[in-house]
Amino acid sequence: MTIPSIRISAVILALGTAPAAAQDTLLNTSYDIARELFEALNPAFNVHWQDSTGRSVTIDQSHGGSSRQARSILEGLPADVVTFNQETDIDVLAQGGLLPPEWRDLLPNGASPWYSLPAFLVREGNPKDIQDWDDLARDDVSVIFPNPRTSGNARYTYLAAFAYALEQNDGDEDAAEAFVKAIFDNVPVFDTGGRGATQTFAERNIGDVLVTFEAETGGIAAAYADQGLERVTPSLSLFAAFPVAVVGEVAERNGTTDLATSYLEWLYTPEAQRIVAEHYYRVADEDVLAEFADDLPEVRLVTVDEVFGGLEAIQRDHFAEGARLDNVFVNR
Amino acid sequence: MSMTALDHHPALSRPHARRGDRILIGLAVGLTLLFIVAPMAFIFARAFSQGWQVYAANILHPVTLHAMWLTTITAIIVVPINVAFGIAAAWAVAKHRFPGRGILVTIIEIPFSISPIIAGVCYLFLYGRQGLLGPWLQANDMQVIFALPGIVLVTMFVTAPFVAREVLPLMQAQGSEQEQAAVTLGASGWQVFRRVTLPNIKWALLYGAVLCTARAVGEFGGVAVVSGNIRGQTNTLPLHVELLFNDLNAVGAFAAASTLTLIAIIALVLKAVLEGRKAG
Repeated sequence: MTIPSIRISAVILALGTAPAAAQDTLLNTSYDIARELFEALNPAFNVHWQDSTGRSVTIDQSHGGSSRQARSILEGLPADVVTFNQETDIDVLAQGGLLPPEWRDLLPNGASPWYSLPAFLVREGNPKDIQDWDDLARDDVSVIFPNPRTSGNARYTYLAAFAYALEQNDGDEDAAEAFVKAIFDNVPVFDTGGRGATQTFAERNIGDVLVTFEAETGGIAAAYADQGLERVTPSLSLFAAFPVAVVGEVAERNGTTDLATSYLEWLYTPEAQRIVAEHYYRVADEDVLAEFADDLPEVRLVTVDEVFGGLEAIQRDHFAEGARLDNVFVNR
Repeated sequence: MSMTALDHHPALSRPHARRGDRILIGLAVGLTLLFIVAPMAFIFARAFSQGWQVYAANILHPVTLHAMWLTTITAIIVVPINVAFGIAAAWAVAKHRFPGRGILVTIIEIPFSISPIIAGVCYLFLYGRQGLLGPWLQANDMQVIFALPGIVLVTMFVTAPFVAREVLPLMQAQGSEQEQAAVTLGASGWQVFRRVTLPNIKWALLYGAVLCTARAVGEFGGVAVVSGNIRGQTNTLPLHVELLFNDLNAVGAFAAASTLTLIAIIALVLKAVLEGRKAG
């Protein structure tokens, strides 16, 4: 037994839930663009669950913006597990008393079985030769990403570009701001969400490069296969966690704590990690990650904590009214 | 000369349209084509863009079928309730005099002027886990929000005024002389309603019911708040269209949208027929 699973067992015992008869249905509440991923994962888990318990399991999926999903769970959406793309949305559930505040410690890798990073998608043959963040600040390049005021995806983009510029300018924040502003000035239209930006880029044919999660770039390239869009990974980017947790209160009521825990632990197995890596996510399992090295080029990843000193500092220095994002995002 | 001002009126004095009229007609037809017909045609063009088989596979996908079923069952529950409510409300307002009548009419029309999302949020705050009735519902193991009851409640709220709004003006115009005559001839309350009131309002009632159905089937904003978006469980057809669209499954989204559009077209044809009946 691994250390995390001992911890989880301890939590289960502490909650005093070992249910007499676990119902074999589970509601997984997830972020909006994860449908295909879980459509691939869930049947494989069903096989695993049948092999180990002799019972089959139906996993219902709910997809939506993860902040909205968290809100719904607080209002009673009976989600046994959450698989989100923002840690703050699980913190909201912890504050609501639905799961323990130390949820990050209950599973390996900060409870993030996979992760991703802002990366690029360019036109066929990469005619503008876009390789890294400084190419996005060039005068002749038109960049597409959504509005950072309304899209978490775009906030990652903003922070990743800022982190890159900080490193290029020896930590000079004003120089970094000017660099990011140059990129923002190259954006002809800010859509409200990632899906809108994808449409602008792929269907309306606007822009030379789309910036979004690396995990998305593969799916978009496949969805618009006739356009020959090409994925480009910058030299440095920002680690974006995709955290998971059992919603303790709901699972306890539904008698699904065992099943829910097994499901999330199974996501870390090589079998599941391979399925995840096929969808262009980077995975916690180093061996599996190495198998997919061709699809997932080497990149130097920095975290929000390292570069910006945590989420609160980011809110204060960058996203609050009158902070740096307002300077960059001027007259928009 | 005995010509009056009326004789000079161009629309009356000339048998066929003048140039200005033709421009106006052209504009109306052009804009209708541009804003209504073209997008609708586009829906079907996109839905069939990869052939019949892909279209059929998308329509017959279990999750899409479930969304259709859920939307249908919602309409089947909501429309009769709102027909009964609409008749009762219109009857009360048109045939009776009581204090607060004006206020009642205003209240009935509130759902018209309120954004559906507000209805959704209100129900969430009333029946949700943190809502007024939430703890009691949870203690009794009753799931209202993020289940069929919540979807039905919100749809009912949003579509409540349609029948009343159609029936009320007619009832008011007709007055209550016929009912009074029936009562003097010894008819019971039920007989008055069935033999006198109902035949008088039947086309307006059907018209209201068709509008109510179309709205119930198409409702998005309010239901989006209380649905929980569980695939194959609480996803109505309009929500499913958005979901497929977000999945980059454009053909699937347009296929699902085409069924919604078909329902809307059928409703409109029915509406046109009923309108003729109503007038005649």
